[in-house]
Amino acid sequence: MPPDACVRSVMGWGRAVSEGLIGTSVRRLEDAALLTGTARFVDDIELPGMLECAFVRSPHPHAAIRSIDPTPALSLPGVHAVFSYADLAALLTKNLIPPDNPGLKFAETTKAIVLAANEVCYVGEIVAIVLADSRYIAEDALSLVDVDYEILPAVSDCRDALAPDAPQAHRHAPDNIVTTFRTEFGDCRSAFGTAAHVLSFSLKQHRGSGHPIEGRGIVVQFEAATEGLTVWSSTQGAHRVRNTLVELFGLDEDRVRATTPDVGGGFGSKHIVYPEEVIVAGAALLQKCPLKWIEDRREHFLAAIQERDQYWEVEVATDEDGRLLGVRGSMIHDQGAYTLLGFNVAHNASLGVPGPYVLPNYQLDVTIAVTNKVGTIPVRGAGYPEGTFAMERAMDLVADKLGLDRAEVRRRNLITAEMIPYELPLRTRDGSTTQYESGDFPQCLQKALHKSNYAHFAERQAAALSEGRYIGMGLANCVKITGRGPFETGIVRIGPSGQITVHTGAMAMGQGIKTAYAQICADQFGVDPRDVRVIAGDTGTVPMGIGGFGSRQTVTAGSSIHLASIEVREKALKTAAHMLEASEQDLELKDGKINVTGVTGLSVSLSDVAKALSGAVGYARPKDMTPGLEATANFLPIGLTYGNGVHVVEVEVDIGTGGVEITRYVVVNDSGRLINPQIVEGQIIGGVAHGIGNALFEWMGYDESGQPVTTTFAEYLLPTAPVVPNIEIIHHETSSTVNPLGVKGVGEAGVIPAAPAIISAIENALAPFNVWIAETPISPPRIIELIEAGRGGA
Amino acid sequence: MKPPPFHYHDPGTVEEAVALIGSLENAKLLAGGQSLMPMLNMRYVLPDHIVDLNRITGLSHIDETDGRIVIGAMTRQREIEHSDLLQQRCPLFRKALLQVGHRQTRNRGTIGGSLCHLDPAAELPAVLTALQATVHVVGAHGARDIAIADFPAFYMTPAIEFDELVSAVSFSPWPIGHKSAFVEFARRPGDFAIVGVAALMDAADNGMIHRATISLSGVGAAPVRCTATEEQLIGTKPDEISLRVAAETCRELDAMEDVHASPSYRQHLAVELVSRAVQAALDDAGAGSTS
Amino acid sequence: MSVEQEFPELRPVVFTVNGERYEIDVETRMTLADCIRHQIGKTGTHLGCEHGVCGACTVLVDGRSARSCLMLAVQANGAEITTIEGIASENGEWHPLQHAFHEHHALQCGFCTAGIMTSMVEFLRENPDPNEEEVREALSGNICRCTGYQGIVTAVLDAAGRLRAVSDGVGSRRE
Repeated sequence: MPPDACVRSVMGWGRAVSEGLIGTSVRRLEDAALLTGTARFVDDIELPGMLECAFVRSPHPHAAIRSIDPTPALSLPGVHAVFSYADLAALLTKNLIPPDNPGLKFAETTKAIVLAANEVCYVGEIVAIVLADSRYIAEDALSLVDVDYEILPAVSDCRDALAPDAPQAHRHAPDNIVTTFRTEFGDCRSAFGTAAHVLSFSLKQHRGSGHPIEGRGIVVQFEAATEGLTVWSSTQGAHRVRNTLVELFGLDEDRVRATTPDVGGGFGSKHIVYPEEVIVAGAALLQKCPLKWIEDRREHFLAAIQERDQYWEVEVATDEDGRLLGVRGSMIHDQGAYTLLGFNVAHNASLGVPGPYVLPNYQLDVTIAVTNKVGTIPVRGAGYPEGTFAMERAMDLVADKLGLDRAEVRRRNLITAEMIPYELPLRTRDGSTTQYESGDFPQCLQKALHKSNYAHFAERQAAALSEGRYIGMGLANCVKITGRGPFETGIVRIGPSGQITVHTGAMAMGQGIKTAYAQICADQFGVDPRDVRVIAGDTGTVPMGIGGFGSRQTVTAGSSIHLASIEVREKALKTAAHMLEASEQDLELKDGKINVTGVTGLSVSLSDVAKALSGAVGYARPKDMTPGLEATANFLPIGLTYGNGVHVVEVEVDIGTGGVEITRYVVVNDSGRLINPQIVEGQIIGGVAHGIGNALFEWMGYDESGQPVTTTFAEYLLPTAPVVPNIEIIHHETSSTVNPLGVKGVGEAGVIPAAPAIISAIENALAPFNVWIAETPISPPRIIELIEAGRGGA
Repeated sequence: MKPPPFHYHDPGTVEEAVALIGSLENAKLLAGGQSLMPMLNMRYVLPDHIVDLNRITGLSHIDETDGRIVIGAMTRQREIEHSDLLQQRCPLFRKALLQVGHRQTRNRGTIGGSLCHLDPAAELPAVLTALQATVHVVGAHGARDIAIADFPAFYMTPAIEFDELVSAVSFSPWPIGHKSAFVEFARRPGDFAIVGVAALMDAADNGMIHRATISLSGVGAAPVRCTATEEQLIGTKPDEISLRVAAETCRELDAMEDVHASPSYRQHLAVELVSRAVQAALDDAGAGSTS
Repeated sequence: MSVEQEFPELRPVVFTVNGERYEIDVETRMTLADCIRHQIGKTGTHLGCEHGVCGACTVLVDGRSARSCLMLAVQANGAEITTIEGIASENGEWHPLQHAFHEHHALQCGFCTAGIMTSMVEFLRENPDPNEEEVREALSGNICRCTGYQGIVTAVLDAAGRLRAVSDGVGSRRE
C-alpha cells in the first residue's frame, strides 16, 4: 500500500532511500533453517565434556536459609558438584547484578542479587546449583540437597504490602516500598476545580508473563588454556550479558564472548541478565568444564520476569463537551521482590496515559511496592498497555456519562496533524523530551472507523439483541515510544570474496531482522538480499550493544546499517572510478558490479574493489583511500520516534456462559516507513494476539501467602488459534523525521491498545446490563458476576 | 521437567500385567500417557515402577456382543472417535470426543486411562455415566464388574485395588433413533471443560420424553447424574420454560473450586449447559439416522 | 525416595526416524523427545513445556501426531517416526507446507514450527480440503507466541490447495 504521507528522508544523511527493496515483502532469510529443523537454539548446542545444570529453588515465598547440605546430592552417581553462595562468593566481585541505571535511587534491599546468601524472597528464588551428567540426574539431585529453611512471613498483594502492619518482604527492610514518584505537568488542582465534569474510577491490571515458547537457556564454555569464556545465551542482550560477566567475575573484556544462537522468542522475558546466567558462568569457572542450563516451563513460571500487578485510582476532568481538562490519580505497581530493571514499567505506564490526546494537566502518583513474588519488568508493551488502558477506560467513561459516542469523544481530544510535532511536557526515563514528531491520529481513527463500519454498528447490535444475541464494538487508540537510543551498531563489510556481510549488535528473536537489515543493505548495492549475510547478537564481532527491547532495533540498527551501507557504497564507487579510470558520475552499481554506464565490458566487481582495498597483490590500491571496503556506523537518534495505532474490535458475548468471541478485529497502524510489510504485519498480529491474552486469558495467580497457583499451561492460558481472529490491518505510514530510514518500531504496537479495545467491546455488548469493566484479564465467571450485578442493580 | 527414575515393565498379556501390579510396590500403570506423563515430568508422582500396557493387544477393541457394546480399556480415543459401530449405535461418543483435547492427545489417550485418571473435567467418564456403563476389572483375585456410578471412590481415585486393572467398559446401547448431545464450556477449544454435559434421550415422535440420562463433568469430583432434572423431564414434552425449570435443579449440586472457576459459577454453568444439552438432544436427528 | 544402584535402566529399542533405522539403548525414563534430540541428534523437534500443552514437540509416530514429551523412548520401539527433518522429500525438495509457510510468513522465531508442521501433515492427510475454521481448530493443540496464527492458517490453506493440485493433476500422491 503506498504511503499516504512519506517524507523523503534526505536530511543530510546521504542518498535518499530508494523505492527498490525498502517496502518490499522479501521472503525471510531466516526461514530455511527453521523450516527444515537445522536451526540451532541454545539447547541444540553440545560440547565435549559438557555438564547440565539444575537449580535448587526456594519452595517458600519468604524464608531464611539456615543451612545448605549438599552431601546427599553429591553422593548420587552422575552429580559432579553443588554450589551455593558460599562457593561463588569467592569469585564474585559483588553479589549484585549491575543495574541498567546505576544512578537510580531506590530501596537497597530490592537490588538484584546473584544468589541468595541467607534469605530467599520469592518461590523459585535460587539457593544452589547442581551440576550433573544430564538434566535428568541434576533434577534427581535437587530433592537431595538438604536446605534448612526458617519460614518467614510473606506478603503477596502489593496493596497489602503497603499497609502499616504488613510483613516485610525483605526482613531487614524498613518497609515494602521500592520508591515513589510523581509524573506531572500543568496544574491539576485548578483544572479539576473548575471542570464541568469530574469522573473517577479504579482499575486492576493483573500479572502476566512473556512465555516465549523457547524458555531461557545458557551454555558456558570456559577455556582454561586461553582463560576465555564463551557464552551462548538465549537472550535479548548479548552485550549486557558480556558486560555483566566481565564486571562480576573480574574477567578481561576481550576474553569474554557472549553470542546468541537462534532465539525462540523474547518478549521481555530474556531482556535482563538473570541470576541463572551469572551462576552458571561462575560454576563453569569453578568446575572448569562446559555447562548448560535449559529452563523448563515450570522454572519460567516461577523465576522468569513478569509484568504488573497494577492498581489504579483515576480521576478525569472534562469540559461540557467531553474535552479533557486533566487526568490525575495514583497507581500502585507490584515490583516483586527485586528491582530487576529500574522502574521501567511503572514509569512507562505513567508516560503512556496521555496517549494521542491533548491533555493539558496531568498528575500521577506512583508507589512501587515490594512483594514476595518474582520481579516485574517490561513484557511486550512495557507499561504502555497499562497507561493506555487507563486513558481509554477514561474515554469510555466520559462517553458514557456525558451521553457521547465513544469514537466522537476520542476524536474531540485527539492531537491533530496540524499540531505535530507535538511536545508533551514529560521527560522519558533517559531524559529525552516527549515529542510526537510525526503521525496523523485523526486520520488513523477515521480509517479504522470506516473500515470497521462503526457508524452502522448500532443497527446491527439492535438486530442481534432482538434475537437474544449480545454483540458489541470497542475501540482504542495508542501511541508508542520507539527507537530508543543510544545506538545500535551497524558494520558493513565486503571482503575479498565479494561477500557482503553485516554485523550488528541488534538481537534476533524471531522478528526477522536478518531479512530486514539485508534489505536495507542490499538496497545500496543492487543485489539480492539473499546475497547479504547478517550476523547479529555477538559480542565477538560487534564491541558494543544495547539489546532488543522497546521496539528500538530497526530504528537504531537499521539506520546504522543504512548509513554504513551508503558509506561502503560510496567508497566502492570512488575506488571503482579510480580502477576504471572513469568519473564517479558515469558509474552505476548493479547486481554486485560497478560498470561505466552504457559501456559494456568496462566493469569491476565488488570483489575486485575489495581486493584492491585490501592490499591484495596485483591490485593497485588508490593512494588516498583507506584500506578495507567496510564501514561502521553508530547512528545516534536525535529523538525518539512515536508510532500509533487504532484498534476497533467486535465481540459476541454469550451471556449464559460469559464466553467471549472476538468476531472482527481491525487495526490501523502507523509504524512509519515499512521495510518489509509482511514482517511488520506479523509483528502487529503477534502483538494483538498477546493483547488478546492480556484481555481475556493470561492470569498469573498467587495465593495470599505468595505461592504461585498457575504454574502450567493448563492453568495459565495463552491464546490459541481458535480464539485469535483474523486481523485486518491498514497501514498508515508517516515517516519518522528523526532517522534516515523514516522507520518506527513495531514490535509492541499490536499489544498496546488491544486490551482496552476488547474490554470496551465487551462492555458495549453488555450495555443492557449496565456493566463496567475495570480489570484485565476478564474471565467468563467474572462476566457472569458483572451481568448478575447489573441485573440486580439500578 | 524430566521423569524420575523408575523400573519399566512392558507386559505382553493382561495376566502378566496383573501379576506385576500385584507384586510390585509403588507401581503405576501407563496407558496413553497423556495424563501420567505430565505428572511424571513434573514429578507430581514418584512411582518405583511403571507398568506399560501399550504392548498388550487384547485390550484394544470395540465390539458388540449379546446386545452390549464392549470397548477395551486400551482403545485409543481416536479409534473411538472414528468407529463406525459407535457412530451408528452411540453417536454420543463422537460428539464428546470432538471436544476432548486435541488430535495429538486423542491419538495416544485411551478410554481406560481417562477413566482411571478420573479428572473431574474429563468427558469420557461423564459419557460412560450417562450410559450407565459397567466397568470390567481384572485382578489377582479374578474378574469383577463395577457399575460406573460406583467406580469413582474419591477425587481422582477409582474404587479398584492396587492389584486390579480396568480391562474394558461395556454398556447397552440405546435404541436406534435415540437422541444425544454433548455440550461443554471451556476457556479455549480443546481445553478441559469447566463444565460438560452428556445427555441421552429417547422421545416419542410427538416429543414426549420417555427416557433420559444426563450427566455432568466438571462440577463434582466425579461425574454427576442429574437425576432430579431427568425426573422432571421424563413423561413431559418440554418447552423452553419447563426445560429451564428442570435444569435449575442443577444449581443445588455440590460444586468444586479451582483457579478457573468458583462453585457458584460451576452451578450457574450446570444449569445453563444442561438446558442447552437437553435442547440439543431434542433437536438431534437421532442415532442411526443418515444425517 | 531412595535411588537404587541398578539405575540407569537401559532397554534396547529399534525404530526408524525419517526412514533411517536406529538400534540403540535408551534409558527407560527418557522421553522420546529427548531421545530424538540428544541421542539421535535431530534437534529440529523442540521442547516448550514438557507437559503436553504447547505442541512444540509433536512428531509423527506411525503417521499419527503425538506429543513426544509425553512418550517414553522405549514406547517407540518398532515405530516409524517422522520429524521436521523428514518432512522434505529425500532429495531435499520442500513439502508444500514448507513452501507455504515460507511464502506466508507462518513462522517468526520458528521454535513452535516443527510441531505445527508435523501436526498439519497429518491434518491435511485426513482433511485435504479444510475451511479456515477447521484449520484453526486443528491448530488448537499447538501454541505459537509470535505469529498470532494468521500466517500459519493462510499457509495451511495454501498448502492444502497445492497438495490437492498435485494429487488431482498428476495422479500421484505426495505425502
